[in-house]
Amino acid sequence: MSRSLVTVDALVVGAGPAGLAAATALKLGGTGTVLVVDREEEAGGIPRLCEHTGFGLRDLRRVLSGPEYARRWVERAVACGVEIRTRTMVTGWAAPGRAEMTGPSGVLEIDARTIVLATGARERPRAARLVPGTRPSGIFTTGQLQQWVHREHLPVGRRAVVVGAEHVSYSAVMTLRHAGVHPVALVTDLPRPQSYRLFDLLVRVGLRVPVWTRTSVAGVYGRDRVDEVLVRGPDGDERSVAVDTVVFTGDFIPDNELARLAGLSIDPGTRGPACAAGGATTAPGIFAAGNLVHPAETADVAARRALSVGRAAATWLRQGGDRTMPGATERVRVADPLHWVVPNMVDPARAGDESVLIRSRVFLDHPHVVVTQGHRLLASYRLRHMIPNRSHHIPSDWWGRLRPGQDVLISVSPRPGG
Amino acid sequence: MTDDHTYDVVIIGAGVVGTAIGRQLARYRLRTVMLDRCTDVGMGTSKANTAILHTGFDTRPGSLESALVRRGHELLTAYAGRAGIALEKTGAVLVAWDAEQAVRLDDVVTKSKANGYLRAHRITLEELYRREPALGGGAMGAVVIPDESIICPWSTSIAYATEAVGAGVELRLGVEVTAVTRDADAWLLRTTSGSLRSDWVVNAAGLGSDLLNHQFGHDEFTVAPRRGQLIVFDKMARPLLSSILLPVPTERTKGVLVAPTVYGNVLLGPTAEDVPDRQDTATTAVGIHGLFDAARRILPDLINEEVTATYAGLRAATEHPDYQITTHDREHYACVGGIRSTGLTASLAIAEHVVDGMGAGGLSLAEADHEPAVPHMPQLAERATRAFEDTRMIEDDPAYGHIICFCERVTEGEVRDALRAPVPAVDLGGVRRRTRATNGRCQGFFCGAAVAAQFASG
Ligand SMILES: Cc1cc2nc3c(=O)[nH]c(=O)nc-3n(C[C@H](O)[C@H](O)[C@H](O)COP(=O)(O)OP(=O)(O)OC[C@H]3O[C@@H](n4cnc5c(N)ncnc54)[C@H](O)[C@@H]3O)c2cc1C
Ligand SMILES: Cc1cc2nc3c(=O)[nH]c(=O)nc-3n(C[C@H](O)[C@H](O)[C@H](O)COP(=O)(O)OP(=O)(O)OC[C@H]3O[C@@H](n4cnc5c(N)ncnc54)[C@H](O)[C@@H]3O)c2cc1C
Repeated sequence: MSRSLVTVDALVVGAGPAGLAAATALKLGGTGTVLVVDREEEAGGIPRLCEHTGFGLRDLRRVLSGPEYARRWVERAVACGVEIRTRTMVTGWAAPGRAEMTGPSGVLEIDARTIVLATGARERPRAARLVPGTRPSGIFTTGQLQQWVHREHLPVGRRAVVVGAEHVSYSAVMTLRHAGVHPVALVTDLPRPQSYRLFDLLVRVGLRVPVWTRTSVAGVYGRDRVDEVLVRGPDGDERSVAVDTVVFTGDFIPDNELARLAGLSIDPGTRGPACAAGGATTAPGIFAAGNLVHPAETADVAARRALSVGRAAATWLRQGGDRTMPGATERVRVADPLHWVVPNMVDPARAGDESVLIRSRVFLDHPHVVVTQGHRLLASYRLRHMIPNRSHHIPSDWWGRLRPGQDVLISVSPRPGG
Repeated sequence: MTDDHTYDVVIIGAGVVGTAIGRQLARYRLRTVMLDRCTDVGMGTSKANTAILHTGFDTRPGSLESALVRRGHELLTAYAGRAGIALEKTGAVLVAWDAEQAVRLDDVVTKSKANGYLRAHRITLEELYRREPALGGGAMGAVVIPDESIICPWSTSIAYATEAVGAGVELRLGVEVTAVTRDADAWLLRTTSGSLRSDWVVNAAGLGSDLLNHQFGHDEFTVAPRRGQLIVFDKMARPLLSSILLPVPTERTKGVLVAPTVYGNVLLGPTAEDVPDRQDTATTAVGIHGLFDAARRILPDLINEEVTATYAGLRAATEHPDYQITTHDREHYACVGGIRSTGLTASLAIAEHVVDGMGAGGLSLAEADHEPAVPHMPQLAERATRAFEDTRMIEDDPAYGHIICFCERVTEGEVRDALRAPVPAVDLGGVRRRTRATNGRCQGFFCGAAVAAQFASG
């Protein structure tokens, strides 16, 4: 039995905020057929499952609930003439530029002149964090918890420990409260929580949920159901906490499988495909956008940056869409304790029109950020602070001063502790 | 006592060994029941092992284990083909990492021959690195064992049980045997849900086989649980190796290996630790870090890949170096204990051996009218055409075109089938072992709730 084959000008994989924004920009940039596929029942990506408010400030200029925000992006894309197919999962590549997928109508292949990958990021689950112990039920990630509570209305538990103290961890606290679960504490191995002060106050003072800093989870135990979480405090002292639920939050990792199967070079910091400004990857004609590239930004940031990826892809198509042209090669790297930078490749043909995102693994006060290429100092900036799990923007004006043939390094001085 | 509870044979323990015995007895005109205290088959050691179909090249020559592993390899290879149990003949390379180990490689080949396996042979370092380019540097020599294979351990117990149940064997789950007595002509088993009477009893209770053996008045062995922790790496690691990478074994353990899985992952482990508690299947920080250290040498790129899961299983080790299989003819009692680290491989041969023994001991083995039908298990092999990519299946039933577990590409149709199978999934773990759903890299971030909801709604 043969598979059906469809040809489009642009295929966008993932109908989250980034995919929808990229598709919209592709269409507005004069691209013929633009098809977005998503494996979920409905388009909209993760915000669709986030009942809470806090979406859309930087792209739609208003504050919306997740589902409302998702709907606006779907409507925008459809209004521009973007075609969306849901319940359709890209499972691999039949050939470069030809995606294999499964949907309700069966198995099909789509040939596309350009492809934008916008497959998002997921939170690292318990096992990936190498937390020892047994394998009882009651262990969640925030993403799973939200769907469990808001979509499927399944019972959760009574008392929970939340692992992590970044933005999404606070969202887990709210979801637990909504489900009638008592959050016993947030646990972070860093010296301070990493989200907004307001969230921290709301949770610590408002809800009286403590944040245990410099504390890690040393084990999760229980036979059928979690009954104990072992935490290790700042002095190495271990203590047992009686809970029936643990939520592992944050610590995002890109859903990079399709990118890797396409042979794209992966950035060691983000673990997403290495990308130049405009989302160009190491394979000409394949672009990447959203939390696949920068794990994880808020939805508005993902969507805004994806607009420029869509524009870049449309321009590439207008210029002939030549797959034989070499892709970007030089890297932008970071030095310890920086965690990652986006964009992390240099495309000499394009000056970036977005800021550069950098992250640190540790808290830094007044760090001096230095951009160098070989022995050349390209730029230096003084930031007020850097907070782990949060991006800091630095300007991209140095992009124009790059020379081809050499990697760029971003570092901070003084080193932490200074 | 009603007739309802009177059997010719009761098998205590529905692990891979107990279900294999149930399957073997299904071909005879007998009233047989398989009991297990767990709510699914294969929930003990049979679900948490290294999933290798061994050739037996490194067993103790002349032992019962040696004979049954060899025969079991042959039988299960054939059976897996018929029942659709995922199996891949990847072969293994046994690698020496220092001079002392290299000296022992010739002994490995000699011992293999003594075990009746003739195809193990030395290869040059050049061949080794051609075969396994990602192998860590510094190997000092290697032996290839071409027939070592990887298999799906979950489908194996389920297939045996399905075949047995299809041929009229009863399966009672969630039933623990708590006391054993006998009267003039039968065994009386007290369980957590009523009593049973049986002419013959088979003790296939794995880690509990010695305790049960005491209840039958015997004490040939004591189980000393030996824990093995394992790490499952992301599918992206699969291209790093083509065969099973074995260390040079010691008296005590087969050592830490790296192996592909039939689901397309890479497995690292197991550890070997004596633990006092027969239920202690917890992983430990020391265990996990020890495995990472081993991987750094064997396959250094592996540690840069994401971990998908960690787990631990308990080997039913005893003070004896061999299986503890005894048929007490006069008592009509067969003890099948101490099946330590090769029971998955040997299962069909153990069943053949035990049932032959029971026949010789007086159990009437009159053939039933129909031969049991080999079931067709759902396709779990990464290499095969699975439901989501099978155009014809989707055309016949669109539920196979609806992927609900994205990482493992499991469809709504397969989850539904698992809930309606002859030996159905009764909890989410059961769905996982029958379909792979939620077993992937996201561990439920995307699909956990949807799979749970489909389970809840039946
Ligand atoms: C619990 C939680 C709470 C959050 N709260 C907020 C908040 O309050 N405010 C805020 O601004 N942001 C919030 N975020 C972040 C926000 O959800 C992300 O920034 C945003 O969703 C990123 O968009 P994206 O398009 O890159 O990825 P996603 O939204 O993850 O979309 C990716 C899409 O790709 C699809 N896909 C992946 N692989 C395939 C494939 N192979 N075939 C077909 N489709 C595929 C997926 O189904 C998904 O729909 C939250 C995130 C989480 C997890
Ligand atoms: C880490 C590890 C790696 C291994 N790797 C391999 C491998 O690669 N290849 C291989 O061939 N083998 C391997 N093995 C060995 C293999 O897993 C075992 O030999 C096999 O699973 C034993 O099966 P079983 O049916 O005897 O025991 P189990 O699967 O433990 O079954 C015994 C059953 O008896 C039930 N039971 C016990 N007492 C009672 C009672 N009183 N009433 C009712 N029910 C009871 C239990 O609930 C259990 O389900 C490995 C083992 C371990 C631990």
